[in-house]
Amino acid sequence: MNETATASGYNFAYLDEQTKRMIRRAILKAIAIPGYQVPFASREMPMPYGWGTGGVQVTAAVLGPDDTLKVIDQGSDDTTNAVSIRKFFERTAGVKTTTKTTDASVIQTRHRVPEEKLRADQILVYQVPIPEPLRFLEPRETETRQLHALAEYGLMHVKLYEDIARHGRIATTYAYPVEVAGRYVMDPSPVPKFDNPKIGDCAALQLYGAGREKRIYAVPPHTKVKSLDFEDHPFRVQTFREPCALCAAEDVYLDEVVLDDRGGRMFVCSDTDYCEQRRTDGHRGKMLGKVPLGGEAA
Amino acid sequence: MSPLLCARGLSKSYGPRVACSGVSLDLHEGEVLAVVGESGSGKSTLLGLLATEIAPDAGQVNYRFRDGTARDLHTLSEAERRLLMRTDWGFIRQDAMQGLRMPVSAGGNVGERLMAVGHRHYGNIRETAEDWLSRVEIDPGRIDDTPKTFSGGMRQRLQIARNLVTHPRLVFMDEPTSGLDVSVQARLLDLIRGLVSELGLAVIIVTHDLAVARLLSHRIMVMKGGRAIEAGLTDQVLDDPREPYTQLLVSSVLAA
Repeated sequence: MNETATASGYNFAYLDEQTKRMIRRAILKAIAIPGYQVPFASREMPMPYGWGTGGVQVTAAVLGPDDTLKVIDQGSDDTTNAVSIRKFFERTAGVKTTTKTTDASVIQTRHRVPEEKLRADQILVYQVPIPEPLRFLEPRETETRQLHALAEYGLMHVKLYEDIARHGRIATTYAYPVEVAGRYVMDPSPVPKFDNPKIGDCAALQLYGAGREKRIYAVPPHTKVKSLDFEDHPFRVQTFREPCALCAAEDVYLDEVVLDDRGGRMFVCSDTDYCEQRRTDGHRGKMLGKVPLGGEAA
Repeated sequence: MSPLLCARGLSKSYGPRVACSGVSLDLHEGEVLAVVGESGSGKSTLLGLLATEIAPDAGQVNYRFRDGTARDLHTLSEAERRLLMRTDWGFIRQDAMQGLRMPVSAGGNVGERLMAVGHRHYGNIRETAEDWLSRVEIDPGRIDDTPKTFSGGMRQRLQIARNLVTHPRLVFMDEPTSGLDVSVQARLLDLIRGLVSELGLAVIIVTHDLAVARLLSHRIMVMKGGRAIEAGLTDQVLDDPREPYTQLLVSSVLAA
């Protein structure tokens, strides 16, 4: 595994120390004002925008030599984005990496919050494509800042109103807007709304980095996070009719996997680490084959 | 009773060009004031100054709030100004595309102000929106259609519903009927006149159409070159104009 050897010629975790200090200042400000988008001088990273340049910069700024890093992409540890970012920090920072949520001290994520309850000694870093929850309602940046400053969030409810008018229910299923600590409305990044309740009152520090849009925001530990809704159309998370086909877990977020062209499909945990852990613990779903681990890819 | 809105010595220049110079006016509750004049006479600038959308070079605008205190509008904070704009005031724009959210349904357009002041019950918001749509003669069955699919007259009526839903006390109208054909204009004027008397609205309406002024307004103010040259009761000014310019203006209207 020569690839994982630390590359020479780079500062620890790729970014130079001045840049990391700048990002840490932005992070501190973000923690001090929960949900507020702090502008920062986002750097060019050796990966394209949309691949998590914001999350990578935040991770680089909070990572220490003793940390253990986990990277999730859509709940999975073995997809391209997760593998390449994990490898990036193995090479530039030489930190330990893991796929186990419980072993990680820093978790960078895209599109999911781990099913496992997070602890106070963990940091969850989100990759954010578009940090502004009001963006598609109000295109002017000057105006959205003004709306945030004056806590004028009627517009957000106009969007939810439109959802109900068109679909009979709030049809927003991801990037579902939340109000943080009773003040700022925040886009929780494109996590399914299933994960929204996990963001509130979480023991871990949650940091959000948007590289292209040059914004950092945060939800400090044990902060009240409320998903916006109407009195007669309250916020609800997705529910699934059947448990995970591999580990029989209920109350988790499931991915639909199409098996053939005749309508065959299965629902499995989107959080692969959680699913594996459960199977190791002896839980067996109805489609789990003879081989207890790693058999689902066939 | 002190006036609802009281402007003194309002002036605004754009560089060497004077748009508005030393204009003063009083507006009482339930009163409709028409501001008439030719293009470029400073009507729209005056409306912008009164509605705090443009900062004046000199002069002040005092507004009597619901609690009875009168304050200079141009000293309000941005938050207070915006609250005033979406609760106590309405602004009907000449171009409905500017006054409406075009990609949002008619119901959403009417409900926006309600949600902005804290209404959080979908059923109630929708019911109020339906009620207002029928009051401005839009088929409530079109509540989920966007204004893009509406005709010009319907868009103007939707704008009116959207503004009046929070029961404002003062409504600014900037040429609300221009660009509409004559029969649609007549119906819109009829609607506005009905709502104004029913709700006891105070209105400042800017128009170049003297017929609109005659139909809607109690008092009229004639502007020329940024100055208010004549003001008085509508029928008095239109039937017996004093200033040569007003005489010209009145006589230039084609008799139908």
